Amino acid sequence: MSTTYLLRGVRPLGGDPADLLLQDGAIRRIEDTIDTDGLPEGTVVIEADGLVALPGLVDLHTHLREPGREDTETIASGTRAAAAGGFTAVHAMANTTPVADTAGVVEQVWRLGRDAGWVDVHPVGAVSVGLAGEQLAELGAMAHSAARVRVFSDDGKCVWDPVLMRRALEYVKAFDGVVAQHAQEPRLTEGAQMNEGVVSAEVGLQGWPAVAEEAIIARDVLLAEHVGSRLHVCHLSTAGSVELVRWAKGRGIDVTAEVTPHHLILTDELARGYDPRFKVNPPLRTQADVDAVREGLADGTIDIVATDHAPHAREDKDCEWAAAAFGMTGLETALSVVQQTMVDTGRMTWADVARVMSTNPARIGRIDTGEHAQGRPLEVGEPANLVLVDPAAVRTVDGAQQQTASVNTPFAGHELPGRVVATFLRGRATVLDGAPVETVGAAR
Amino acid sequence: MKHLLSTADLSRADAVHVLDTAAEMAATQSREIKKLPTLRGRTVVNLFFEDSTRTRISFETAAKRLSADVINFSAKGSSVSKGESLKDTALTLQAMGADAVVCRHQASGAPHLLAHAGWLDAAVVNAGDGTHQHPTQALLDAFTLRRHLVGGAQGPTAGSGSDLAGLHVAVVGDVLHSRVARSNVSLLTTLGARVTLVAPPTLVPVGVEAWPCDVSYDFDGTLADGKPDAVMMLRVQRERMSGGGGFFPSPLEYSRAYGLDARRLATLPDHAIVMHPGPMNRGLEISADAADSPRAVIVEQVANGVAVRMAVLYLLLEGNR
Amino acid sequence: MSHTDQGTRVPPEPHPANGANGSVVLGHAEIQRALTRIAHEIVERNKGVADVVLLGIPSRGVPLARRLAERLATIEPAGAPVGSLDVTMYRDDLRSHPTRAIGRTDVPGTGIDGKVVVLVDDVLYSGRTIRAALDALSDLGRPRAVQLAALVDRGHRELPIRADFVGKNLPTAHTERVRVRLTETDGEDAVLIESGEGTR
Repeated sequence: MSTTYLLRGVRPLGGDPADLLLQDGAIRRIEDTIDTDGLPEGTVVIEADGLVALPGLVDLHTHLREPGREDTETIASGTRAAAAGGFTAVHAMANTTPVADTAGVVEQVWRLGRDAGWVDVHPVGAVSVGLAGEQLAELGAMAHSAARVRVFSDDGKCVWDPVLMRRALEYVKAFDGVVAQHAQEPRLTEGAQMNEGVVSAEVGLQGWPAVAEEAIIARDVLLAEHVGSRLHVCHLSTAGSVELVRWAKGRGIDVTAEVTPHHLILTDELARGYDPRFKVNPPLRTQADVDAVREGLADGTIDIVATDHAPHAREDKDCEWAAAAFGMTGLETALSVVQQTMVDTGRMTWADVARVMSTNPARIGRIDTGEHAQGRPLEVGEPANLVLVDPAAVRTVDGAQQQTASVNTPFAGHELPGRVVATFLRGRATVLDGAPVETVGAAR
Repeated sequence: MKHLLSTADLSRADAVHVLDTAAEMAATQSREIKKLPTLRGRTVVNLFFEDSTRTRISFETAAKRLSADVINFSAKGSSVSKGESLKDTALTLQAMGADAVVCRHQASGAPHLLAHAGWLDAAVVNAGDGTHQHPTQALLDAFTLRRHLVGGAQGPTAGSGSDLAGLHVAVVGDVLHSRVARSNVSLLTTLGARVTLVAPPTLVPVGVEAWPCDVSYDFDGTLADGKPDAVMMLRVQRERMSGGGGFFPSPLEYSRAYGLDARRLATLPDHAIVMHPGPMNRGLEISADAADSPRAVIVEQVANGVAVRMAVLYLLLEGNR
Repeated sequence: MSHTDQGTRVPPEPHPANGANGSVVLGHAEIQRALTRIAHEIVERNKGVADVVLLGIPSRGVPLARRLAERLATIEPAGAPVGSLDVTMYRDDLRSHPTRAIGRTDVPGTGIDGKVVVLVDDVLYSGRTIRAALDALSDLGRPRAVQLAALVDRGHRELPIRADFVGKNLPTAHTERVRVRLTETDGEDAVLIESGEGTR
């Protein structure tokens, strides 16, 4: 018998205040006022005046590093960070050691996620064996494993070979899968360190041109159209990419696209200080690109925000820029960045946030139905996956205070708006009073 | 001035002050006793992650002429991916009590990191980082330009107090990979000179439009119309430049379009000088006629390098301790 | 950059001082008289000016050396060569002072080997500038003798150094500042004593 929660005065999707009753894993009642009389003994009442309730967030792009780099993140620490950031499901990228390119590895990740209990962990399967871009991995076996993989990606590397990409796009149709492409033309980005432009020319770091991303997106949307497949574009970062996706959607091509929180707010100007915390792939772009991805997200061209949470060891960031690893953490700052850049600026409503951070990613990952459905509306009878956010709170980010095992946040020292107060996974609190509930892992 | 990392950090007054100080340093170098007691008891570490015998010797000579103790720390094995980290190296130098660290590194920004990461208290001099900056090279180039082209006088202190207003300098060659070009563009323009970069389009960085200079793909046109007071030839790395996916079709085609040869030399104004940061590829970017002509000040650039580096070490290490 | 003996450095001012917080102890006429007297003493001491080389210490020692040279030429038509000797790079206090611009060293063509070098400075105080000057000289050559001329000797020596020729002995307190202004560098001739209180 799980705890019953009564959430008083929350604003579902930022709307009018209501009381919500969470019982036996589902949302049981939504009413203006729910009387405590008649509720089960032990019902926990949460006074949530002014807090915004959103469906539990779903991340389509997380690096949990396990197996292989448990020194930087484990499935336990990464999913705990996810819960702290308001997530109830994450897709764990395949570039682990060993690579998640077999049913065995994806099932291991899936089980470890289930045992940790913080969020639902959905492994992403590699497109090619060993991410080598040469031979298709056993996509079907992964799809039919206990992990029920639907998203396939060589993320970190681009599926560059057009024939391999075509075959993957075609093959995953058999189980309604999707190929999530890391769009990076490899020859145009050999040795690349940062966005190619005015700043790279001045600071002398080798450029990663926008065209290297855009050329692959252009090719892939045309391939998807040709074979009638579904394509997902990971972390698009340039104004040109937004234009291409807009064009493809206008043509009826079945493409979805994601943007990361950091590409919504940070620019390549940050490379001037040579601080590797700002080294990421795709690289931080220009202000014009930031403006374009914000606009694309607001008008629906970009379907989702995904974190690309990429924990790294200290020594891989405490060094020369060229020697440093690409990537930044993001699970615990994503919602705040979206609030700051999209909600507080009037570009989006909280309902839009629910769409781009929960509904759409769950639908793209095909985890929006079934027993463990995610990204569902906040309605009676739906699974009680939700997050309570205090939009009026302001916090100063401190990497050392975060739940993730790594400290490579680009927002260290930044003041960000909004704070996750509570997260519920199928009616069970994973975060309360802004802190992870310590009994989560042990409860299993 | 606590560090010298980029010429972009220097104001006109700063730059003129460095050049004037270098002029006085140069004047002492014609004496029988060249050594000055100025930095007695100070320790200068030459931290070279990349081979550059000429730059290291120049800094070493400068430091020794000022009586500093010099430690040469060749960390060539410590490439960015293996060996001791930059951080541990910096902590080691800190423990040894280095007063100044002269850093040459293949990674752009490494000296910036040394100066600002909090590992080290020493003054940091950038002796060339990746494709970013080589500020003492640009200062010695500016010093050489001033000595020859400003004030009409001769001798080490010619042009003292002046900038390079009104001069036109053509910088020719591999701008894309050149820290010398970047340092010179900002320094020479800060000092009032006009700079034209001349290179094939493949060797000009995307983003160059934000630089305070002109860009030309036409060397002959620049010589004919621009009448440059100085032509600075950049080193072109023959092996990595041509061939499959290279930056130009062949060394021969490069020399024909962008090499300084006897014919082009003859079109220069009478007073114009020829510069090269060295080491030269004779027959590629510069012909023997040009390199050995009386207009070439290439060997003098080397001598001026010592005076400029003495000035930089002096200005960084005296005071504020 | 203003350069006098240690402890008396004052920031350059855009306008001539009016002595608002200092009292004028020597005016134009007194300075000229003192230099004339020093010139005669130099000739007398060296029995002529045959081997004398005047070296002013920048910045105000240099114009003073030139004025002395003019006077020597009126006494002994052969005159004495004049130059400048910068001592910045020989100082022992570089670490504790803000950036010092390096002055010009300009040794006359006669050189200094076997000569009688007369160092000329505006104020003699701790003696450390002269110590640095002696070191600088020894790197340039080997004079037969070195003599020292100072416009003002304000006492408080920290080293065993004394002037051979003094324009004016000026007893001062440590807290006071002695400021020499010359037409060539400051637009007027004056020596002022300023109280150290309230000034830099």
